[in-house]
Amino acid sequence: MSAVVDLSRLAPGFAQPALDSQTVFRTCLDALADPGRVKHLAGGILESPPAGASPAAVAVLLALLDQDTPLWLGEGLRDGDVAAYLRFHTGCPIVRSPAEAGFALLAGGDEAASLSDFMQGSETFPDRSATLVVQCDGLSNTRDAMDGAGGWRLTGPGIREQAWLQVAGARADFPRQWASNRKCFPCGVDVFFASGLSLAGLPRTTRLEA
Amino acid sequence: MNVSDLPAPVERDANFNFAYLDERTKRMIRRAILKAVSIPGYQVPFGSREMPLPYGWGTGGIQVTASIIGPSDVLKVIDQGADDTVNAVNIRRFFQRTTAVEVTTRTTDATIIQTRHRIPETPLAAGQVLVYQVPLPEPLQKLEPREVETRSMHGLAEYGLMHVKLYEDIARFGHIATTYDYPVMVDGRYLMAPSPIPKFDNPKMHMCPALQLFGAGREKRIYAVPPWTKVESLAFDDHPFEVQRWSQPCAMCGDTGSFLDEVITDDAGGRMFVCSDTDHCLARRTADE
Repeated sequence: MSAVVDLSRLAPGFAQPALDSQTVFRTCLDALADPGRVKHLAGGILESPPAGASPAAVAVLLALLDQDTPLWLGEGLRDGDVAAYLRFHTGCPIVRSPAEAGFALLAGGDEAASLSDFMQGSETFPDRSATLVVQCDGLSNTRDAMDGAGGWRLTGPGIREQAWLQVAGARADFPRQWASNRKCFPCGVDVFFASGLSLAGLPRTTRLEA
Repeated sequence: MNVSDLPAPVERDANFNFAYLDERTKRMIRRAILKAVSIPGYQVPFGSREMPLPYGWGTGGIQVTASIIGPSDVLKVIDQGADDTVNAVNIRRFFQRTTAVEVTTRTTDATIIQTRHRIPETPLAAGQVLVYQVPLPEPLQKLEPREVETRSMHGLAEYGLMHVKLYEDIARFGHIATTYDYPVMVDGRYLMAPSPIPKFDNPKMHMCPALQLFGAGREKRIYAVPPWTKVESLAFDDHPFEVQRWSQPCAMCGDTGSFLDEVITDDAGGRMFVCSDTDHCLARRTADE
């Protein structure tokens, strides 16, 4: 983490901070209240997101992070433009250990950390747990295979009967990790998958069958 | 009352940030709301701010609404079902002045409905958000005043005390005497206070297509029920949950299935029963014409 940031190379944040944060937050709220359903950002679209990050993922973090939210960055993001960009625009501290992070940004295939390495909350304060923004290669609500693997079947609060979600580029063992995360309820982490301008939310209440 | 009958819209006051709260406060409340949705029924602590109206006037609901509202939202505010009572009028003006959003009295047109103590009679739709003003978020508080204790009771899902309280009602009165703020279990895990809505409204929370958010300003708690979530009113096998019924229809629209308010009409004991939900009552009357 370099101490000196070249401001001339730093990309701008939201064009309208108050309104753009609101639009992005509502998309996040909608994504968690309707788990798995792919949502598209209607506003808060960044003209030039930092290299290596999807515009949706960066927009979510710009909307939710500030000095109170330690951020952990996954493999390949730690030393790049993303870290400098988020530190400058949100003032968030960047931490080295997933266990200290309130938020995390990582690639879908990142094997440096498992869901259980992040802050889980406690029985008495389950809200003190991490929110993960996981970048992936594509999101779809179709049931049939997108890249060989079938979709995940989702059930739980927010879903009327069932929903299907396919995440291209997620870790192969994600369903197994998610099952242990679900078992910890009310503790556990919550996940946003982000790809391009699309988002899908997985609150810890959602049951997932691969 | 129609939208056209509402007082002339108040000008947006550019001296306030959009939706009154500063951005950092909104972010903090937004993070609390996201955690609340992820843990249905759990009360998330948040840093409640001083608002330009006193505690008890819906400061929690206002902070939640201010954190979620955007320029394209359509806002409805009700106080005990009515759009034209003082609390509703003031909160609606507050949001007109700080956001310039469109306001409505029609349940079906609203994207955000802030409510004090009622759920509209018109069924809510997917995509709508219902924001409750909550005075006492902790259902166990009257039974166990220590927060450390109630928090660990929630952690352990140890809710026997509430069943004892309902049982004592039955032992004393022959029936469960709680008629409002009737405790519910959310998704089979958390005991939750539905805010002082009449128990008549409890069944509407179950598998509701709309998102329900609860804000308690003085007590500094936010909680939520996501759409399509099981919400079960506590009861016993031999004393099932029942809602209020009236022996007469609404005196104005004739509805037999809505929640009725008793209105005293003179000094000689005259009274009438009318719908508490003014929009519902008006819609039925105009449909008849």
